[in-house]
Amino acid sequence: MIPGHRCTAVELSEAVRAGESTASAAVEAALARAREIEPLHAFLSFREEEARREAAEVDRRIAAGEEADLPLAGVPVAVKDNIAIAGGATTCGSRLLEPFVSPFDATAIARLRAAGAIVIGKTNLDEFAMGSSTENSAFGPSRNPHDPTRVPGGSSGGSVVAVAAGCVPVALGSETGGSVRQPAAFCGAVGVKPTYGRVSRSGLVAFGSSLDQIGTVGATVEDAALLLSVIAGSDPRDATSAPEPIGDLAAALDRWNPAGARIGWPAEYFGAGLDPAILAACEAARDALAAAGAEVVEVSLPHSPYGIAVYYTVAIAEASSNLARYDGVRYGHRAEAGDLSSMYLKTRAAFGAELKRRIMLGTYVLSAGYYEAFYGKGTAVRARIRGDFERAFERVDAILCPTTPTPAFPIGEKADDPLAMYLNDIYTVSANLAGIPAISLPWGRTPARPDRPALPIGIQLMGPDFSERRLFEIARFLEGKAPS
Amino acid sequence: MNVSLDDVRHIARLARLELTEEEVERFRRELSTVLEYVEQLEGLEAGRAEEAPAPDQPLRPDSVAEGGDVAPLRAAAPDFVDGFFRVPRVIE
Repeated sequence: MIPGHRCTAVELSEAVRAGESTASAAVEAALARAREIEPLHAFLSFREEEARREAAEVDRRIAAGEEADLPLAGVPVAVKDNIAIAGGATTCGSRLLEPFVSPFDATAIARLRAAGAIVIGKTNLDEFAMGSSTENSAFGPSRNPHDPTRVPGGSSGGSVVAVAAGCVPVALGSETGGSVRQPAAFCGAVGVKPTYGRVSRSGLVAFGSSLDQIGTVGATVEDAALLLSVIAGSDPRDATSAPEPIGDLAAALDRWNPAGARIGWPAEYFGAGLDPAILAACEAARDALAAAGAEVVEVSLPHSPYGIAVYYTVAIAEASSNLARYDGVRYGHRAEAGDLSSMYLKTRAAFGAELKRRIMLGTYVLSAGYYEAFYGKGTAVRARIRGDFERAFERVDAILCPTTPTPAFPIGEKADDPLAMYLNDIYTVSANLAGIPAISLPWGRTPARPDRPALPIGIQLMGPDFSERRLFEIARFLEGKAPS
Repeated sequence: MNVSLDDVRHIARLARLELTEEEVERFRRELSTVLEYVEQLEGLEAGRAEEAPAPDQPLRPDSVAEGGDVAPLRAAAPDFVDGFFRVPRVIE
């Protein structure tokens, strides 16, 4: 189920602004494609009526001469179902929020609307964004468009599938430990994890609050950058949103010249367990940059091997605290029971197995006698991981490395082995722990083997805080050099 | 890291999770495995927690704003009466 021809968000919005196409036509085409790819289970719900109404409104604004205010005029967007849209579902892939109707728009959604984009539906995810495969959704897994027997990655699997299968040019996901970049790598899309604070989290359902960030997915680097430029920026509704100016993230990316750029090559990221085809892809990207005049510098990130261990103390502790609010009292699912304690227990029984596992782990590491040994220690090593990056970025502009150790794995393969599943995020969690921005972009495919077809490969760029523009420039350059 | 069955039951009580005996045994194994992996941090010389990334977080002005509309909250609540969330009996 490989996508056919489609145009980018940049091309589409230009055509809509110029009156050569309409938002309504773009939305109809996206909804039609969404029906064709239904077996991939990218979406949990559609906003057909609302999307048609909003498209007509965008077309009216174009007719009224307001096109200059609409950088995403008529662009259909898919949104991960942990980001709130007023009047619609925000299930988080969980039975706990199945009956919930969002009372307000997430800030990112309000900014999309203002820019002329139209959300056509909400996409599948691992329950409360906890997982690396989208298998933990209470509503069934999504499937990889390049091989439907394989996972699309996760937790933003549905959003990435919607882009990779040619339904929408761009989508919103969210990241806590790699949940946009890893599925982007598995499905052959561009996935962006912005700097912590770059995008308001108002309306994003909380998982690990010191890590969470809304991210963008695109079929091209320029599209992912354009989408980020619309949703980025400070917001009075999120005290962690950063006041730093956004700058122009998407314009003229292809004017960047690699000559003189310093690209870091971290030895720790190329050790055992890395698929040889992914190593070869990173080397080819490195060589393309070097051939164009960039200087490749070996850097050391000595604490990165501890990233998963740190992540699974910090993220689970924060998750167990954030998930305490699902008690059946104020919103969402409530199980009937004769007394309050039983109501809590019976309501929370609706959490899936992975959620219970993480709540148990998080409660354990925060419990009396273990807090210092686990959460305290994890937070301290986290500071070391951040320090490694700060030292590296004194010498280089960006770091090049793999996004994932392997290509997409078969559905069910890691379902019974939580640690193996967690280790899939080994190259992505460090950027979340350090708070820095990172991008995954496609670089060719693995060679076909008897046990697996050719599968997309993702390579990753990481940069210092608020260096998104530079990362997009490097990524755009590499996009032009990458094998298809 | 050896987590006992009683540890699992204690943690489940703290987390307000009702586990079957089968789940208690499974979580004993899985928690042990994951916590054992996390223990690799133990011998590591670490930085101070205060060194963790802390982005600039300027506070907004402390001024009265519009908001506090109860209607959508009432609509989202499982049981809402006279301005209160109603829950089952707390004490006998």
